[in-house]
Amino acid sequence: MKYVDEYRDAELVRKTVAEIEHTVTRPWTIMEICGGQTHAIMHFGIDQLLPPEIELVHGPGCPVCVTPLEQIDKALAIAARPEVIFTSYGDMLRVPGSGRDLFSVRAAGGDVRVVYSPLDAVKIAQQNPDKEVVFFAIGFETTAPANAMSVVQAQALGLENFSILVSHVCVPPAMHAILSSPNNRVQAFLAAGHVNAVMGYWEYLPIAELYGVPMVVTGFEPLDILQGILGVVRQLENGRAEVQNAYTRAVTFEGNQPAQAVINQVFELCDRKWRGIGTIPASGWCLRPEFAVFDAECRFDVGAIRPEESPLCISGLILQGLNKPDECPAFGKECTPEHPLGATMVSGEGACAAYYRYKRD
Amino acid sequence: MCLGVPGKVIEVYEAGGLKMGKIDFGGVVREACLAYVPEIEVGEYTVIHVGFAISQLSEEEAQATLEILEELGGYTEELGPEPDAVDF
Repeated sequence: MKYVDEYRDAELVRKTVAEIEHTVTRPWTIMEICGGQTHAIMHFGIDQLLPPEIELVHGPGCPVCVTPLEQIDKALAIAARPEVIFTSYGDMLRVPGSGRDLFSVRAAGGDVRVVYSPLDAVKIAQQNPDKEVVFFAIGFETTAPANAMSVVQAQALGLENFSILVSHVCVPPAMHAILSSPNNRVQAFLAAGHVNAVMGYWEYLPIAELYGVPMVVTGFEPLDILQGILGVVRQLENGRAEVQNAYTRAVTFEGNQPAQAVINQVFELCDRKWRGIGTIPASGWCLRPEFAVFDAECRFDVGAIRPEESPLCISGLILQGLNKPDECPAFGKECTPEHPLGATMVSGEGACAAYYRYKRD
Repeated sequence: MCLGVPGKVIEVYEAGGLKMGKIDFGGVVREACLAYVPEIEVGEYTVIHVGFAISQLSEEEAQATLEILEELGGYTEELGPEPDAVDF
C-alpha cells in the first residue's frame, strides 16, 4: 500500500534509530499526544528500539478516554429512550458509564447502532422519520469536520429528527494543562499528525515558545514516529524549542481550510471536562446557539446525572503521563479489555488497552 | 477512531449535494466524503477519518521525507544485528 509500506522499511528504521542513538547524550522524556501513536509504538516495538535515555510517555489523545463520565451517562439515558435510535462510533459502546455501558442499553432493548461516519447517522434519520436519531459527537479536531458536517447536512435536508450529543475536545489546551502542571515531566511533544492535518500547526508556536518545549508534527507509521523522535531529540540536545513538521506529506502549516471553516460555522469554544483530568478552560467545542435545535442536550431532559467513577481506576494519571498503565494495581486483574474499569482500557487508542495487547515483559 | 488511513481515490461523484468518492485502502473499498479536499481527483491519495477525507497526500513530500531518512549518517553498524522484536 502506497504511503504505508515505504514508511515501514526495516533498513530506514535501523538508520533512523542509529541516528537517534548517535544524537542522544542524556535522558529525555517525550510525550506522544495521540493514542493512535501509542498503539503504533507498542505494536511495532518502537519503545524497545530506542536508546535507554529516551522515555516515551503517553498522552491524553484518546477521545473515548477523555469523554467525561457525565456525557456517557447522558448518552446512556438518551439511548434508553424508546423513541430514540442512538448512533455512535464503535469504540464508545464498551466505555463504562456509572454502572453500565451502551452495549448493556442495547441488550436491554435500546436501539443503539454503530456508524462508521456521522453521515451514516444522518441517513438513518432520513430513513426513520418517526424516530429521534441522536449521534454521539465525540473526539478531537480530527472528528470535528465530520461531526460538524452531519449538522450542516441535516439542516440542508430539513431533518427535524436528528441531533448530536457533543463532547468535543481540543489538543492545544491539553498541552497547556500538562505543561503548566507542577508535576509535569514532559520535555517535548510528538504532535498528533492527523489533528494537524485538520488544524495546521500555527497554534503550537506560542506554546513551544512559552514553555520552552520542542514539538514535531508526527505521522503514524514506524518511520514517521522515529523521525518525530529524532526531530525532538535534536532540538532537546541543542537547547531549541521549535515546532517542526515531520509529516509534510499530509500536514501543512495552515491545515485544512475548508474543514476549519465548517468547524467554525457549527461549533464554538467552551470549557470542557476531561475524564480523569478535570475541567480545562476553553478546551472543547459545543454547538453554536444558532444550531441549538440540533443539540441533544437541549432536546432531551435526562434528569439529574450523578456520575460515579471506579475507585480503582487511575486513568486520569495515565492520560497526563504521570503513570504508566502497568503501574496500576488493577491493570490486567480487575481491569481488562473484556471488563474495563476505565475508558483507557477500552479504546483502540487507549494506553491501557495498548499495554494489555502488546506489552512484553 | 482517530486513526486516519491513507487510501487511493478510485471514483468521484456527488451525493446529497456533497462531493463523495470511493476509496481503495489496499484492496478494501469504502465510500468517503471528499468535501474537505475539493481539488482531489481519481488516482490521488488522501487520509480518511471517520468517513471523511481530511488531507490530500503529497507525493513530492512523501518522497522528500524518505530521501531525508536515506541520507542519515552511517551509524547502523553500531547497532549490531537486526533486533527480533521488529516485525514489519
